[in-house]
Amino acid sequence: MSDLTNNSLTELVDLIKKKEIKSEEVTNAYIDNIKKGKKLNSYITETLDLALSNAKKFDLKPNFDGLLSGIPLAVKDLYCTNGVRTTAGSKMLENFIPNYESTVTSNLWSEGAFLLGKLNCDEYAMGSSNETSFFGNVINPIKENTVPGGSSGGSASALAANLTPATIGTDTGGSIRQPASFTGTVGLKPTYGLCSRWGIVAFASSLDQAGPMTKTVSDCALMLEAMSGFDPKDSTSIDKKKEHYSKKLSKNIKGLKIGIPKEYRVDGMPNVIEELWEKGKKILKEEGAEIIDISLPHTEYALPTYYIVAPAEASSNLARYDGVKYGYRSSKGSNLIEMYENTRSEGFGDEVKRRILIGTYVLSSGYYDAYYLKAQKVRQLIKNDFDKAFVKVDAILTPSTPSSAFKIGEKKDDPISMYLNDIFTVPTNLAGIPAISIPAGHDQNNLPLGLQLIGKPLGEQTLLNLSLSMESKINIKHNITKWWEK
Amino acid sequence: MSENKSKYLIDGPTSKWEVVIGLEVHAQISSNSKLFSGSSTTFGAEPNSQVSLVDSAFPGMLPVINEFCVKQAVKTGLGLNAKINSYSVFDRKNYFYADLPQGYQISQFKNPIVGEGVVTLDLPSGSKKVGIERLHLEQDAGKSIHDLDPSNTFVDLNRSGIALMEIVSKPDLRSPEEVKAYVKKLRSIMRYLGTCDGNMQEGSLRADVNVSVRKEGDKNLGTRCEVKNVNSIKFMEMAINYEAKRQVELLESGKSINQETRLFDTKKNETRSMRSKEDAHDYRYFPDPDLLPLNLDKDLIEKIKNELPELPDQKKERFIKDYSLSSYESNVLVSEKEVAAYFEEVIKTADKKLATNWIIGDLFATINEKNISISESPIKVKEMASLINSISSGLISGRAAKEVFEIMKNTGGDPVKIIEEKGLKQKSDPKELELIVTKIIEENKDKVNQYKAGKEKLFGFFVGQTMKVSGGTANPQLVNDILKKKLK
Repeated sequence: MSDLTNNSLTELVDLIKKKEIKSEEVTNAYIDNIKKGKKLNSYITETLDLALSNAKKFDLKPNFDGLLSGIPLAVKDLYCTNGVRTTAGSKMLENFIPNYESTVTSNLWSEGAFLLGKLNCDEYAMGSSNETSFFGNVINPIKENTVPGGSSGGSASALAANLTPATIGTDTGGSIRQPASFTGTVGLKPTYGLCSRWGIVAFASSLDQAGPMTKTVSDCALMLEAMSGFDPKDSTSIDKKKEHYSKKLSKNIKGLKIGIPKEYRVDGMPNVIEELWEKGKKILKEEGAEIIDISLPHTEYALPTYYIVAPAEASSNLARYDGVKYGYRSSKGSNLIEMYENTRSEGFGDEVKRRILIGTYVLSSGYYDAYYLKAQKVRQLIKNDFDKAFVKVDAILTPSTPSSAFKIGEKKDDPISMYLNDIFTVPTNLAGIPAISIPAGHDQNNLPLGLQLIGKPLGEQTLLNLSLSMESKINIKHNITKWWEK
Repeated sequence: MSENKSKYLIDGPTSKWEVVIGLEVHAQISSNSKLFSGSSTTFGAEPNSQVSLVDSAFPGMLPVINEFCVKQAVKTGLGLNAKINSYSVFDRKNYFYADLPQGYQISQFKNPIVGEGVVTLDLPSGSKKVGIERLHLEQDAGKSIHDLDPSNTFVDLNRSGIALMEIVSKPDLRSPEEVKAYVKKLRSIMRYLGTCDGNMQEGSLRADVNVSVRKEGDKNLGTRCEVKNVNSIKFMEMAINYEAKRQVELLESGKSINQETRLFDTKKNETRSMRSKEDAHDYRYFPDPDLLPLNLDKDLIEKIKNELPELPDQKKERFIKDYSLSSYESNVLVSEKEVAAYFEEVIKTADKKLATNWIIGDLFATINEKNISISESPIKVKEMASLINSISSGLISGRAAKEVFEIMKNTGGDPVKIIEEKGLKQKSDPKELELIVTKIIEENKDKVNQYKAGKEKLFGFFVGQTMKVSGGTANPQLVNDILKKKLK
């Protein structure tokens, strides 16, 4: 029998709905892969028994009405899952078991999916290589000793290695799209407010957004449809009717105008990425889209702006991890202040501490105006850039990342070079608009590279249609050898 | 107002000192649920029994604004004659403490929901306007309990997340008496509006008191000290008295005031330094990204405005105009909504003047003596009106009425029945009274002679004797008339 896990999510759902396979078979196939894939370190917590019992329950009394009927899914360990440990990749929450379920995962379960496990990520989603996790770094299945990207590195790795049929990540500055690009998968960051943030461990509230990570564009549409929707428990959630992305998915992109921003042609970018970008333009043109040169003049300020806004919010969001109510508490210290200091010194890793310090600094009196307030103003300018561009174009095409996946440890001690990874992805988080990364090719080392399509607010359908059209023409095959099983 | 008549000044060796006070009043919004969560707000519940995942700041929890609390703040703002800001923003005030689960308090910093307003105080010297700087919404912290165990602190999060209004006055207050009048007025307005129950014992109303002093006539403000979290009017007065004297002593001895936060020790009746300006927290305020700015619809504000009840100032004016009350009487009667309602109910069937005197006099004395509110008064509206009507109709004398009131206040009951039972009905039959008077004149011939010889003071003796014989029930006016006739 052929390996079930080579199927796409959409194919698996079809097979289950046509009663050609059972949920239990699918689940067992993934469990088998998970057991053989420990070297990748993509899972923090496996809920294999739970998944199997849910699969059996489904098969006993199948309900085929859901978008994800009978599908086991692993999720980034930033989503709170009822009764299942949720760590955010941190020692601080090493033993934290929520008694509530995030809105996004609840949405998936009500479409018929069930939990397979919790996937590794950078600590509190702070990182671009999955090297800041308390549970160890994750390996890119494409190539040993290579990072999968971050912060949704466990999600990308598990997906690319067929340890889950699809997954969800969170994207604050590129945390879905950059690992998708590094692993040759599809990753979408939706419009801010399309997916509820309720029950997701917060990193930077005004930037965080949940999104799907999948093998194909169709899968991406399906997952987005399942996970998104208005949630009154999240005040920043958009109150609108649910979209049927998968039904409306179409390759017809005739007449769509695609912007090419000159500011994304950065110094030192490898030729191969430049060539890939050209290839993308060519495909879109051939499919009937119109290519238009545009300018997003404040792009160069996006990264510094991001590294003020995100740490500022994080420094406040992470104040609750103080050892008082839940999570890690140091046994050292003779008074409240010492308990705080020891708990937070021991419970947080270096990158988290670095960002808390930066955030605290930029919000401090005397520095607030020069940093935080200025950054908010620049953020508005960046948003204005996009607003102006979207008068002329329907979507924007850029590379997803300035390089392919790098070696483990290569940038660990060089935060600036690490932060530069997000250069193409952060502007959309600052503007709150959707963007998708799709596999577009390989570099000379056979490492995957992605192209990014940026859309108008709530322009997910356009992005998915463009992506589908490109996917059908690009048609690349990743050569994954399953080296980790040896 | 006559500025000097009631001026509160502190005499120092070199100068007279004026005290300048500004108040930050924290008023708990009357609401069944908290500001950003659905948890209950009932006072006195089992510790940590009214705490949601949001109140205890679990990972991934998000605040959602309670619209009712927003309306309550708007209502209060309108009651303070203040500008309602159609755009306001929630900010995070960051600091660490065990009873602050989020590590920040959600408050409003740069853009409060209510702007400048004004409150009018009725002081013995006349009326005085006190400026309101702003009113903003914020959530309360939990409660740390340090005295249950020698080595542990307990935390109760029932209060965590409860909605507060912080009402900041301008530095317009000049004495402890003015502060007292101001807090009472604020409380009265909020009780009329139903936006805060003003219950200071339960912590529904507390204040940070900013005190500074300056030489009489000086235009510049002195350096201020903030006395934190004072929870009764009496303590506010005590704290101000202490703090003003302390500052004058320092300045008179050539020292300067350190701007600092101080605590009021209610047992020792003194304020103590808590932290200096240098040690002040840097709260790192920034807009809460979990909440959208609050945009209030003009129609909503207009609707709330139209639904406002009659407020103390308006009611006072109406009482003066409609019931011919004095400013003082009117002021006393409107200070509490329930008292005003009681009064208005009584005068539906009873005399206004008598009702005013009886309510402000005997009824208030009873309520104060028993330490109860007017709604708990043993004498209900109907009985009060009936008592007053018994006087107006001549059924009983004013003196007898006092006796009836004494009985009513202790055992309650229908005054008409009490009058009958106790035989207090006024004797108004001239024939019957003439018989009594004739008898008294006969028995006191010597006094009659003295009276007729010019000792007119003795008239009172004859009145007294007549009342005594009648058991206090004789109609005094009639007795007067008959005596005058008989003694001619």
